[in-house]
Amino acid sequence: MGEHVIKLPDVGEGVAEAELVEWHVKIGDLVREDAVLAAVMTDKATVEIPSPVDGEILWLGAEIGDTVPVGSPIVRIKVAGDALAAEPVPPAASKPDAPAPQPIKTELAPAKKEQEPAKATAAQASVSSALTPTPRATTAGLPRPEGERPLASPAVRLRAKEAGIDLRQVSGTGPAGRITHEDLDAFATRGAAVVVAGLQEKSGVEEIKVVGLRRRIAEKMALAKSRIPHITYVEEVDVTALEELRAKLNATKKPDRAKLTILPFLMRALVKAVGEQPQLNAIYDDDAGVIQRHAGVHIGMAAQTPGGLVVPVVKHAEARDLWDCAAEVNRLADAAKAGTATREELTGSTITITSLGAMGGVATTPVINYPEVAIVGVNKIMVRPMWDGTQFVPRKMMNLSSSFDHRVIDGWDAAVFVQRLKSLLETPAMIFVEG
Amino acid sequence: MKEISCKLLVIGAGPGGYICAIRAGQLGIDTVIVEAVKAGGTCLNVGCIPSKAMIHAADEYLMASEMAAGKSSFGITVSAPAIDLAKTVAWKDRIVGRLNTGVAGLLKKAHVKAVIGWARFRDGKTVEVETETGLQVIRAETIVIATGSAPVELPFLPFGGPVISSTEALSLKQVPQQLAVVGGGYIGLELGTAFAKLGSKVTVVEALPRILPQYDAELTRPVAKRLDALGVKVLTGAKAKGLSSKGDALLVEAADGSEQKILADKVLVTVGRKPVTEGWGLEEIDLDRDGRFIRIDDQCRTSMRGIYAIGDVTGEPMLAHRAMAQGEMVAEILAGHKRSWDKRSIPAVCFTDPEIVTAGLSPDEAKTLGIEIKSAQFPFSANGRAMTLASEDGFVRIVARADNHLVLGIQAVGAGGSELSAAFSLAIEMGARLEDIAGTVHAHPTQSEAFLEAALRTLGHALHI
Repeated sequence: MGEHVIKLPDVGEGVAEAELVEWHVKIGDLVREDAVLAAVMTDKATVEIPSPVDGEILWLGAEIGDTVPVGSPIVRIKVAGDALAAEPVPPAASKPDAPAPQPIKTELAPAKKEQEPAKATAAQASVSSALTPTPRATTAGLPRPEGERPLASPAVRLRAKEAGIDLRQVSGTGPAGRITHEDLDAFATRGAAVVVAGLQEKSGVEEIKVVGLRRRIAEKMALAKSRIPHITYVEEVDVTALEELRAKLNATKKPDRAKLTILPFLMRALVKAVGEQPQLNAIYDDDAGVIQRHAGVHIGMAAQTPGGLVVPVVKHAEARDLWDCAAEVNRLADAAKAGTATREELTGSTITITSLGAMGGVATTPVINYPEVAIVGVNKIMVRPMWDGTQFVPRKMMNLSSSFDHRVIDGWDAAVFVQRLKSLLETPAMIFVEG
Repeated sequence: MKEISCKLLVIGAGPGGYICAIRAGQLGIDTVIVEAVKAGGTCLNVGCIPSKAMIHAADEYLMASEMAAGKSSFGITVSAPAIDLAKTVAWKDRIVGRLNTGVAGLLKKAHVKAVIGWARFRDGKTVEVETETGLQVIRAETIVIATGSAPVELPFLPFGGPVISSTEALSLKQVPQQLAVVGGGYIGLELGTAFAKLGSKVTVVEALPRILPQYDAELTRPVAKRLDALGVKVLTGAKAKGLSSKGDALLVEAADGSEQKILADKVLVTVGRKPVTEGWGLEEIDLDRDGRFIRIDDQCRTSMRGIYAIGDVTGEPMLAHRAMAQGEMVAEILAGHKRSWDKRSIPAVCFTDPEIVTAGLSPDEAKTLGIEIKSAQFPFSANGRAMTLASEDGFVRIVARADNHLVLGIQAVGAGGSELSAAFSLAIEMGARLEDIAGTVHAHPTQSEAFLEAALRTLGHALHI
């Protein structure tokens, strides 16, 4: 038997280290070639690390949340045949203090099934336990009367304590209602099987380590809010004409073209507006004291993904027409949601659009995508009665909530910019007329 | 002297304190421990360990005496034995010394800094220690109070002269001819029995109607019987009044109100122990009390943030193993682990003759809690191994819930019973049912079979009776 050492690969140009955000395996798991071992995260992109060999996981070299330099060993796999990388085996597993029973999260995976990849066994196990209802709860004999101390061995008590589980909430299936390790597993995966009548005090505290994308978002938001004095300006825009145009274009579009949302129109309007006010399409390097005004308009679009907020970038919006913008928005949104957006696609914006439009909301106070100087927020389009001078007429109204870095953008300039966007959007033909 | 700053300061190196410090050291916490006298506390220096050494020596002497008197069942005869108590005490002191050194070594191995001297709180984060070389100030983020307990003194029988506490009783130069023991609790009876075996004429004076009042009468009956056989006179319902004017006798008001004079060259006062809450600056930090004790919660936290208390200073039962478990728990809490006090039983052993072991609830305690119980006992007189040890007195008793047979308590009285405590407390801590004990193979021939048989008998089908 030999040993294969997997080192953190070079995950992107100029990346010297990456944060380990997820382990897909644990020590003792059997893995097949190409099975995903771990996920690491660089500035923005998440990269999965596959196994190059079949074998058994011997050692994991980092904990979730650790930052690992490129080239350092992260996994050791026992393989059949000679060792492929001869390095001394560390004397013990990475966690010498790990308690004998596995932490509850991973408990579901049965220890080892020969010749079967770990992920498959875990999946089967969860399926089988999901299919099994709770027949054991009924075989437990007498249910524990309210107020009675839960019965459990010291090891079970300790595990519960460490997992933050209140044993009073756990039904015991062992003799005399004893809470077993299996009961804890079941509780951890299913939640309280037996709900005791009446309102219950809950004392558990779930601790969630802030790692990966969430940590990056947290750091970025804190940086933006602590450095940038925001000024937020809200204006309403009559988009009745724009919506009519959009509906017509969508009704007559070629089948291979992406359906238009408000976003491509707004992007084109932005390009036009920042052409007149280049100070808004800029990066403010406040450490160096330099503002970089960009000729290209690279529009970040805030997108919600299962992992959290990411901002893919439509590059060179000034060189894209309406349909091209729409196609690029769709492509990037899909990539971001699938987690396949590249580092390049997630960096380099010079101004950002954020939209919570679908959720409703009258106004927002967007946080600037540091180190940019402006962000435009789109609120929901709603039909509102508007006074046209003689009567109230129903109009499709949309608010724009935009924030600016008040260190370099004066309130006047911000207002001029938003008013320009408003006039472009209210008379959409102006977006497309040159000069 | 240069101030010491540390993460954790433990005051008192008794079983609770030193365990807390060792565990904290193991967990990488920068720890200092202060001890006024010697590492090991009451338990190791003047309690558990030395008393057990003296009790064992007394047993050996008694056996030799019985053989010399032709009372041995084994057919062994020896010439009349003699004891040089100074040598016995020296042997006992060597054991204590080895353990002192051992504890000091363990502390060192765990990188715990030990400071010898009397500690006194200056405020909630600062303690000053009077050491041989001067005043040492220690600042700590967290402080654990483990000051322990001390024998209670009777105002009309102050310690000194012929009036001694358990501490002095363990270091006597010669066996007293006549020993009066005030207090018929476990300490008085353990030591009184030992001295009776060594040849003293012992009288025990107990204010309550019977000896060992914390145990039920069934459990203490074999002990009372043995005391009688050893010639120990037990006066129950009797009150000690003071020394006679000549200082050669104890004055007692007997149960019937009559005045009695008990001749004694030593008067051993064992009327209980009190928490050490004075002399170390408790008044400076003003912690909440629970009666005489320091009030703690289920994580041994006191009313002041950053100050914990463990062991005898925190309440009953004042037992070394309770303090140790608390000390270990506190160290782990300080290392960031999630822990709280969740023990189901703290076993207790009384090293009388025969020994009494208890874990969990007695039948009366269970009934008081309104639990419907099943209970039965199995006598050592039906146990083969007990017969071969010539110690047939006593029994094992189990208390279980009637509905689901969960074992709530186990008690035993019998020679060598102390070693059964492991099985008893494990059964309760693991949540065993009668069927679990009945279904466990117990080695033959051992006294532990009585445990199995007691479970079977509670279930209604004992085999050997």
